[in-house]
Amino acid sequence: MTSSLRRVFLASLLRRRLATALSLLAIALGVALGLAVQLIHGAALDEFGRGVRLLSGEADLQVVGPREGFDEGIYPLLARRAEVAEASPVLEIEARLPGRDDSLRILGVDLFRLMRVQPALMPLADREAAGEVGGNEGGDEARGAREAEPSRTGGDGRLAALQPHNLFLSADARAVLTQPYRSASGESQPPAISDGYLLAQSGLRSLRLRIAGQLPGASGSIGVMDIAGAQQHFERVGTLSRIDLKLADGVTVEAARLALETLLPPGVSLRVPEAAASEVGTLSRAYRVNLTMLAAIALLTGGFLVFSTQLLSVARRRREFALLRALGLERRELMRGLLAEGALVGVVGGALGVALGYALAGGAFRFVGGDLGAGFFRGLSPTLAFDPTLSLAYLLLGVGAGVAGTWIPAREAARVPPARALRAGEGERAGLPQAHARGRIAALLLALAGLACLLPPLSGIPVGGYAAVALILAAAVLALPALARAVLPLLAHGRSALWRLAHARLSATPAQAVVAGAGVIASVALAVSMAIMVSSFRVSVDDWLEQVLPADLYLRASSSSASGYLDPEALAAIAAVDGVATVDTTRLANLRLSDAEPLFSVLARPAQGNWGLPLVAGSMSVPEDAALPPIWVSEAAADRHRLAPGSHFELPLGGRLQRFIVVGIWRDYARQYGAALVERGDYVALTGDTRVNDAALRVAPGVDPAAVAEALRQRFGAEHITIALPGEIRALSLQIFDRTFLITYLMEAVAVLIGLFGIATTFAALATTRQGEFGMLRHLGLTRAEIGRLIAFEGALTAGLGVLAGTLAGGAIAWVLIEVINRQSFHWSMDLAVPWLVLGVFAFSLVALAALVARLAGRHAMQRSAVLAVKADW
Amino acid sequence: MLELSGLCKTLPGTPPRVLFDALALRVADGECVAIVGESGSGKSTLLNCIAGLEPVDGGQIRVGELRVEQLDDDAMARLRRSHYGFVFQAFHILPHLNLLQNVALPLWLLQCPEDEATRRAQEMLARVGLGARALDPPQQLSGGELQRVAIARALVHTPQLVLADEPTGNLDPGRAMDVLDLLLGQIRANRAAGVLVTHSRAAAARADRVLELGPDGLRDITAGS
Repeated sequence: MTSSLRRVFLASLLRRRLATALSLLAIALGVALGLAVQLIHGAALDEFGRGVRLLSGEADLQVVGPREGFDEGIYPLLARRAEVAEASPVLEIEARLPGRDDSLRILGVDLFRLMRVQPALMPLADREAAGEVGGNEGGDEARGAREAEPSRTGGDGRLAALQPHNLFLSADARAVLTQPYRSASGESQPPAISDGYLLAQSGLRSLRLRIAGQLPGASGSIGVMDIAGAQQHFERVGTLSRIDLKLADGVTVEAARLALETLLPPGVSLRVPEAAASEVGTLSRAYRVNLTMLAAIALLTGGFLVFSTQLLSVARRRREFALLRALGLERRELMRGLLAEGALVGVVGGALGVALGYALAGGAFRFVGGDLGAGFFRGLSPTLAFDPTLSLAYLLLGVGAGVAGTWIPAREAARVPPARALRAGEGERAGLPQAHARGRIAALLLALAGLACLLPPLSGIPVGGYAAVALILAAAVLALPALARAVLPLLAHGRSALWRLAHARLSATPAQAVVAGAGVIASVALAVSMAIMVSSFRVSVDDWLEQVLPADLYLRASSSSASGYLDPEALAAIAAVDGVATVDTTRLANLRLSDAEPLFSVLARPAQGNWGLPLVAGSMSVPEDAALPPIWVSEAAADRHRLAPGSHFELPLGGRLQRFIVVGIWRDYARQYGAALVERGDYVALTGDTRVNDAALRVAPGVDPAAVAEALRQRFGAEHITIALPGEIRALSLQIFDRTFLITYLMEAVAVLIGLFGIATTFAALATTRQGEFGMLRHLGLTRAEIGRLIAFEGALTAGLGVLAGTLAGGAIAWVLIEVINRQSFHWSMDLAVPWLVLGVFAFSLVALAALVARLAGRHAMQRSAVLAVKADW
Repeated sequence: MLELSGLCKTLPGTPPRVLFDALALRVADGECVAIVGESGSGKSTLLNCIAGLEPVDGGQIRVGELRVEQLDDDAMARLRRSHYGFVFQAFHILPHLNLLQNVALPLWLLQCPEDEATRRAQEMLARVGLGARALDPPQQLSGGELQRVAIARALVHTPQLVLADEPTGNLDPGRAMDVLDLLLGQIRANRAAGVLVTHSRAAAARADRVLELGPDGLRDITAGS
């Protein structure tokens, strides 16, 4: 194409500045949202992966078990084997920090093994600490150390590291812990380090660990200390969390796995270090895929927008094209020119989107965190890096949306015989592009969507569910003309000439409804389905919280995974506090059922008592003739392990596999990878573990729970325990819930905005093509205000149809989200709760807004002189 | 009845161009007047001034008892709705309405009852020879037929004044004369005043009077006068 011809097409883009700008913006927003979601999670996962590589160092294999650890007796067995060159034992403690809501990951290590397997974690003693050690050990060495700079390999540093009270912190950890911590509720909590000591908690006791140096090779927030010291301080003598193995030369990972696996007790397994990263990837994957789907719908809406603007621009330029064709422009060249227009919009929109995506991701890191508020990557501080491949991919997606949106209009334009388009009266004869009723195809797509819902998930991703969402959207767009034909006759009773004109126009040209309404359908369907899903979810979570929190007070020493716990002595002390009627406890243990999956939670507590269990199947009462101990599994556990009441389930407890009989299935919104409840008595008998994490208290009649809480705080120290009333836990949980969904609300808002852009561009373009019509109506006696009202009626009718189709599609998609996508991604069931009022207000506002937007967009056409408008035939 | 007196219109510019000055015209009920003139002589502008779509610089325009030049934009729109009919060169038939609806449109605007609007539009279509095609969409019509629909629309509400700007400009000569005869016949039958602007002398000759607009105003050039 010659440069002058290029100018013909470029000039057209520039002439319809509003439509071009809105198309650009729509594509940019779609691209930006998708890219930002990907960047944020990519960066968080990368950061996690870096952490994993750092912690595992040069290990070829890792021995891993339950979070509470396994018997260290395995260590000498493995270290002695010929396949193993080095074995480095690790005890990982999530140390609770008294008075603070965050915790510190402390690795108890064997320094001599560490050097060979994870050299990056080698501690470096501060000069003072090294000197002190020297002073204790002997004068000569001490003098030498005082003169020398601290050194990682130096004998003094190593000796300092062997001291049981000494802790070495990464720079990140030091930075975080010397600062006050801002809790979720906004309260400022004290720094964990003061005077060179870190205050940590074990059970209900505070420990003072001396900050003896740094970890120059480490990143992320971690601490390292001697393993013996860690076991002793945190009362974990005899247990390990992990053993990192370096294999002997010539031994393959597979061969070693086969040989060593037989040595391990149930619940302890071997895995390659990378599996830890994939474990976290698995945890956050469903959430990530969900957000990506939202972004995809935004991009799709952008594509629709390009389609509507291009279709209308092509309709308006029929004569221009006919003239060009009559002057010798080839059909192919015309098509290419139009596609190039779409591609140009796509390139610029895509580039803007990529830039905006990075800005959004940067902003999200700053204000929401790397997990977008969902809590999967707590404690990571990921950094944003430019990813050329990903950026190019998203840029191409933008171009794709631009070209795809232009394809049909370009083909239509190239097909029109030039002689016909140039004839007088062609406007009347050609009319508007007609949409063919594709009711049958729409019905077929809906049937396919139904079938797609029956498909099982593909490696944990509900592919069938997402396909069903896409099919429902496509069916809704295709069914729009048919819907218009069905609904419009019902609205034909208006007496006003304007209403009749608007109604007649839309009835005669349902294509207009498709062109303007397609973007509205996609965004409304998205918003409606998310609103129904989130409302159902929230109502269900609220009900669930009410059921699981029936007691008057809840007390915990730390979050389930951290180092605080309650022992029998502490429980006795709690029961002795004035006003406490009954105390029931929960022990939470995290078991490893396979080497790559996230951990499985076991709750040990009395099945009946102060804790509630929201059953969805089975019962709370144990059959009298049961030969096996009873177990109640969560929906996720039932789904993942195909369990039903009456089936048997084996768990690795106390170093052996124990078989249980499933008595009931319960709803659990807290643990997406499965949980099971066993009777506390059975658990203690099997494991000998008498510690507990949480206690649920009922107070005696007439006693104020707040007074009991105060007494407990005084007894154990407010910094060592967290006490909450059920109402507080509910409020906090719902607050976290709302924060998690905040990002989805934002994305919905963007999609709805893009849908409104669709109305604006369509009506701006339509108004321009209809200047002759408006001029004639002015001659016939319509005032400018009446023309404005006519356009507003049309906008409202078009949007109304889009909203209707979108709401119907949204309802269907909500069902798919609740029954298929959520079930398969998170294994959560929920009760349907449709927020009718919210949906009604939303639909009404959108229609009103569309009327306003259409009127504003059409203003340009109304301002043109009626005289000129009827003069020009095009 | 249409009556213009002392009408002045000057186009802005440097220097300003006087289109007409102290122009006078009287068109009686049932009379059709054709205005011819060079391109740019101001024929269409005169028509637009009469329609109240362009302001005048002086003089009076009376339609029946009403003074058009004194009305504001909205009042003028309402006057056009009830007292005026228009026929355009480019037809301007709405593609999304069928023929009957296109013709009934002025009655809708006047809030005429549905049944009556339909009856009158149907009658009017029959008068222009398209009675059997009332429910057809405009897409199926030829140029001449489209202009017949436009004539029916211009007359259906029995306006006092019908303005036609080059009504045959887009039609072939044979068809043009048929359409023109129909237009003039209907105007006369309705006892309306008709003003027709055209380039075509042949078309103009069908009117009761032919006036030529020139720098000196309107000059009667009716054959035989």
